[in-house]
Amino acid sequence: MAQTVDIKDLSVARQIARDYKDVPGCIMPILQKTQEKYGCLSFEIQQALADELDIPVSELYGVATFYSQFSLERKGDYKIGVCLGTACYVKKSQDILDELQKQLNLEVGHTTPDHKFTLEATRCLGCCGLAPVMMINDDVYGGLVPEDIAAILAKY
Amino acid sequence: MAYYRSQVLICAGTGCHSNKSNEIIERFNEELKKHGLEDEVQIVTTGCFGLCAAGPIVVIYPEDTFYSKVKADDVPELVEEHLLKGREVERLIFTTEDDSGDEPKTLKFVDTDFHKKQRRVALQNCGRINPEDIDEYIAFDGYKALEKVLTSMTPEDVINVMKESGLRGRGGAGFPTGVKWSFAQAAKGDKKYVACNADEGDPGAFMDRSILEGDPHSVIEAMAIAAYAIGADEGFIYVRAEYPIAVRRFQIAIDQAREYGLLGENIFDTGFNFNLNIRLGAGAFVCGEETALMNSIEGKRGEPRPRPPFPANKGIFDKPTVLNNVETYANVPKIILNGAEWFNSVGTEKSKGTKVFALGGKINNVGLVEVPMGTTLREVIYDIGGGIPDDKKFKAAQTGGPSGGCIPTEHLDLPMDYESLMSIGSMMGSGGLIVMDETDCMVDVARFFMDFIVDESCGKCPTCRIGTKRMLEILERICEGKGEDGDIEKLEELAKTLKSSALCGLGQTAPNPVLSTLQYFRDEYEAHIYEKRCPAGACKKLLSYEIVADKCMGCSACAKQCPVSAIEGEIRSPFTIDKEKCIKCGACMDTCRFNAIIKA
Repeated sequence: MAQTVDIKDLSVARQIARDYKDVPGCIMPILQKTQEKYGCLSFEIQQALADELDIPVSELYGVATFYSQFSLERKGDYKIGVCLGTACYVKKSQDILDELQKQLNLEVGHTTPDHKFTLEATRCLGCCGLAPVMMINDDVYGGLVPEDIAAILAKY
Repeated sequence: MAYYRSQVLICAGTGCHSNKSNEIIERFNEELKKHGLEDEVQIVTTGCFGLCAAGPIVVIYPEDTFYSKVKADDVPELVEEHLLKGREVERLIFTTEDDSGDEPKTLKFVDTDFHKKQRRVALQNCGRINPEDIDEYIAFDGYKALEKVLTSMTPEDVINVMKESGLRGRGGAGFPTGVKWSFAQAAKGDKKYVACNADEGDPGAFMDRSILEGDPHSVIEAMAIAAYAIGADEGFIYVRAEYPIAVRRFQIAIDQAREYGLLGENIFDTGFNFNLNIRLGAGAFVCGEETALMNSIEGKRGEPRPRPPFPANKGIFDKPTVLNNVETYANVPKIILNGAEWFNSVGTEKSKGTKVFALGGKINNVGLVEVPMGTTLREVIYDIGGGIPDDKKFKAAQTGGPSGGCIPTEHLDLPMDYESLMSIGSMMGSGGLIVMDETDCMVDVARFFMDFIVDESCGKCPTCRIGTKRMLEILERICEGKGEDGDIEKLEELAKTLKSSALCGLGQTAPNPVLSTLQYFRDEYEAHIYEKRCPAGACKKLLSYEIVADKCMGCSACAKQCPVSAIEGEIRSPFTIDKEKCIKCGACMDTCRFNAIIKA
């Protein structure tokens, strides 16, 4: 997810917190909106949100570190998620992931130094008909073989 | 309302969408305009037809012609031939071979077992209506059940119909829905909630996604009915963030229903109020567990709560709450409209109605099917699913995801319902059905699911946090050829402890894949441990490649392909593989034209 707001500009985060403050159970939507804008939930951002919500920052930190969707560090502009759900796994999606690791010279869960790609192994994406599947941001690629990878990466 | 002589239904479910069905839609719009047909022919983007393996799918009415694997470049021909000249485009029509008779014949979609053996209740509108248009839902009796409930039934009537219907929770546990509702109705509280669990996390399950994408209004209508029955005025639907199309369509559906006065204040002028909110998950499998889901809706870490108190008494924000799964809700309006008897005339003694299964893995017709409870696995896999690709042998079907188990060949004729699946060590689960063939290693499958659970365990209770980790370590060792005598017994002991002492369903059911593979494929475990051999040839560390001297022509093709120069020999005499150097990549085997290289 590409970031749209400078990570140092905390006013946007504060505004999001104020907008949702009165919604019961607002923490999840606030963290989701904030990460959408900043691309991550840095400690400073969490601190700003906690101030606005008048809750200890530890409470936000607890939630932010529980869910795999939230990230404390900036991710790449393009998030590559290779499905390792059962249907894809039995159709050899591990080979796809290995190929991506090789081509990007990147370990799973890490981001390239230029912040272009983040490589992740994801849970079932629910399009098992196309197994093995990967997603790059919102684009789904199905029926993959390792030979397809180079051409797909070249598009980005 | 405009009259169209023909309708073109194009699947825009996730499967077909990823296969670029959006380009087909655009192309149809262009071509219709070009031929001046835009007022005669209507394009309807629909939800999933179920046959994802043959996608993208286009169906043209009134002929009911089922086109499969359509590409954008096929569209001009479809428009010119079918829509202008009235001639079906034979080469794109979905057909399947029927070789049961003396002569093989080609069957049209409506005549295939895939179509005939199904009975669509929950999926009734998927692939039939445009999910983004409330009028199409209403045209197929949409919101009629809600009207019936609000204007002519008491909450007790509604609960009685649900109880009589015998509908049980489709999320996996199979608790009777009517009974659940009656608990929440009886609970005292100034505020009550209804909630929908759309956090479909089981790998290989995509029925809830398809319902939300294909027929979102049926879930909204059912939630409003549930709210009326228990006395709630607010609802939450908790959807995985990984399902962007489903989230978007559901939001559109909520907005349209609100605009029509079917959500909000004073619905049907009866004084009944109901509002619905969407909450997004954030990638935690445990949030599919009901109490964890409620914590997540409240904005907390998605850790389960001890039960009792049950959600019917203390749910979201500690208020009485009814929580059902998407597929369960999708059945509700049909039961109200057609009556409990209509529903419970289908199915087995204790499991009524139909069940949606997501067929995946090594099966020809990958997709979504809905069959009466009690249909055998053999019918689902061979008649509807079209069997196993590449003439491979069926080995097992996995149901229930990481909480379920494997069904081996000897149980292929078991009628599938909640009780019978439980009796053979598996479970219904949400309906993911992954087919495995002879090349899949069952120890590796058990390891795969345990790895999933270790990753997704929330860590609140030590039995799950530590127990699953220890089980995974043992399974990894076995798959790497480092298994020891006594490992199987250790796995069984850990499994027993987890089952009896974990806090929530995730931990209690986590050992199931191990236990069921041990039950049916113990010999595979033993081969790994005692003979350091993987019978399926799947565990790479246990593989070795050999050249059969009799078949080797000494062409050296394999030696040239080998990335680590592990193959040596003289031209025109048999080559050999140095097993110390071999990295087991399999490149040699793919290269050999004489089938002289075997996995051992």
